[in-house]
Amino acid sequence: MAVTATDPHRAIDAVWRIESARLIAGLARMVRDVGLAEELAQEALVAALERWPESGVPDNPGAWLMAAAKNRAIDLLRRRKLLERKHEEAGRDVEEAMDAPDLDSALDDQVGDDLLRLVFIACHPILSAEARVALTLRLLGGLTTEEIARAFLVPEATVAQRIVRAKRTLADARVPFEVPRGGELASRLASVLEVIYLVFNEGYSATAGDDWTRPELCQDALRLGRILAGLLPGEPEVHGLAALMEIQASRLRARIGPAGEPVLLLDQNRALWDQLLIQRGLAALDRAEKLGGARGPYALQAAIAACHARARTAAETDWPRIASLYEALIESAPSPIVELNRAVAVSMASGPAAGLALVDALLSERSLQGYHLLPSVRGDLLAKLGRQREARAEFERAASLTKNVRERGLLLERAAKCANGNSPAP
Amino acid sequence: MRFMVIVKANKDSEAGVLPDQEILAKMGKYNEELVKAGVMLAGEGLHASSKGARVRFQGNKRTVIDGPFAETKELVAGFWLWQVKSKQEAIEWLKRAPFDDGTEVEIRQVFETADFAASDPTGELRKQEDNLRRTIESQRR
Repeated sequence: MAVTATDPHRAIDAVWRIESARLIAGLARMVRDVGLAEELAQEALVAALERWPESGVPDNPGAWLMAAAKNRAIDLLRRRKLLERKHEEAGRDVEEAMDAPDLDSALDDQVGDDLLRLVFIACHPILSAEARVALTLRLLGGLTTEEIARAFLVPEATVAQRIVRAKRTLADARVPFEVPRGGELASRLASVLEVIYLVFNEGYSATAGDDWTRPELCQDALRLGRILAGLLPGEPEVHGLAALMEIQASRLRARIGPAGEPVLLLDQNRALWDQLLIQRGLAALDRAEKLGGARGPYALQAAIAACHARARTAAETDWPRIASLYEALIESAPSPIVELNRAVAVSMASGPAAGLALVDALLSERSLQGYHLLPSVRGDLLAKLGRQREARAEFERAASLTKNVRERGLLLERAAKCANGNSPAP
Repeated sequence: MRFMVIVKANKDSEAGVLPDQEILAKMGKYNEELVKAGVMLAGEGLHASSKGARVRFQGNKRTVIDGPFAETKELVAGFWLWQVKSKQEAIEWLKRAPFDDGTEVEIRQVFETADFAASDPTGELRKQEDNLRRTIESQRR
């Protein structure tokens, strides 16, 4: 039996992924500056990269990194204070300040609180959506700038810029490192959930590029969602979002055909759905509902996803229930996109004509003008009603609007099918 | 990627002796950490093999063998399913587990989408292969 020492660089990567968020969160509480905290954590990482290949990975790598980062923080603060005050007192002050919240002896609650503060600051509304996403993946997901750039198909320099600017914005605005309370919590939490779901969706149906899905990104979002559920167990919408992502992710391997083309929900081979994730999703949805959150927008979307997950075949789908869930969703979170989805559900429950009437009511909706799914849905309903020529024009229009290569292919294929036959699809 | 972390049986687990309070508490805390980090998908402990059985397949014959089974160290006593980014991450997590006394715990990667489903998402290829095999067998007879 071979006992191999693992490659220290890979071990360090893994330790970083496990420890970085806690490390940055703990440091941010001490130095009250997320940007600085991250730099200190990075410096500790560099120290580990120098030291560990020779010394081996320490037994408690997290504590090692924290100690290394803390020493740097003390040096830095001492130097800063030196500029302002006399040597001796400054040194003592800083030592005392650093000693008080000692992470080694910190309780788990403290770590949880720190992480939660980090979540809220990374998703702070003064930052742009792109900056929130980048900062969240970087600070909480433990992703490198390069990994984030690859995931979002943008140059690494762009992501680096976004992160630098975001940190500066937070520092300039003196955003406090704290968990929002009372009424503010709800709106700030909505921003956090939005960021996580944005990451998930970019992985689930990529808005650009050659691949229809990027499962890695879905996994990153899922992990963040699961972590958040652990940090805020009493918030129903946190479980609602977790449920939604678990159930949607359960279909990841069924969403792609042999040539990498998208396979739509009703055409998917349900045997490929991941039952473990479905069970986890249903359990999370149950938690959200028991906490009184059945009408929350994420819980409602999860409930819709659960309807599909529970149906053994596409034909068994409870469309009337889905249509009524969409109606509830329009009430709690009105949006033209939800209306469009409801139209699809209504068409399945009551026929394409009923659905088309709802879709047509959306044609003048300004926010849907460039949205490819509007002509795509309309094309589908027209085709079912036997209006092939109109359907074809809609599919072609939809194809011209999507930026995803795979999806464009699928839409053009449907357009071509309309051209071939004039009979309604079965 | 997903890993199954397999905990092997020992004399105690095979004798149906439950771990003491202290170990249970430590393991509970460790599990909580895994859940909070978003790593744990599932995890279960198994009863002693004396409560299990094996089925042996030979041609059309199925032989049922009741537990317990002798090779204690090769038996599975429990497992976790973890979602992590690399094998190394699974290793780093496992290193934090509160085991002792020479216990060995195995990490195995679970097959996933990228491994085969992408090339055979509908199971079409496998079905074809099965058909082919059946055809060949019938020709032999």
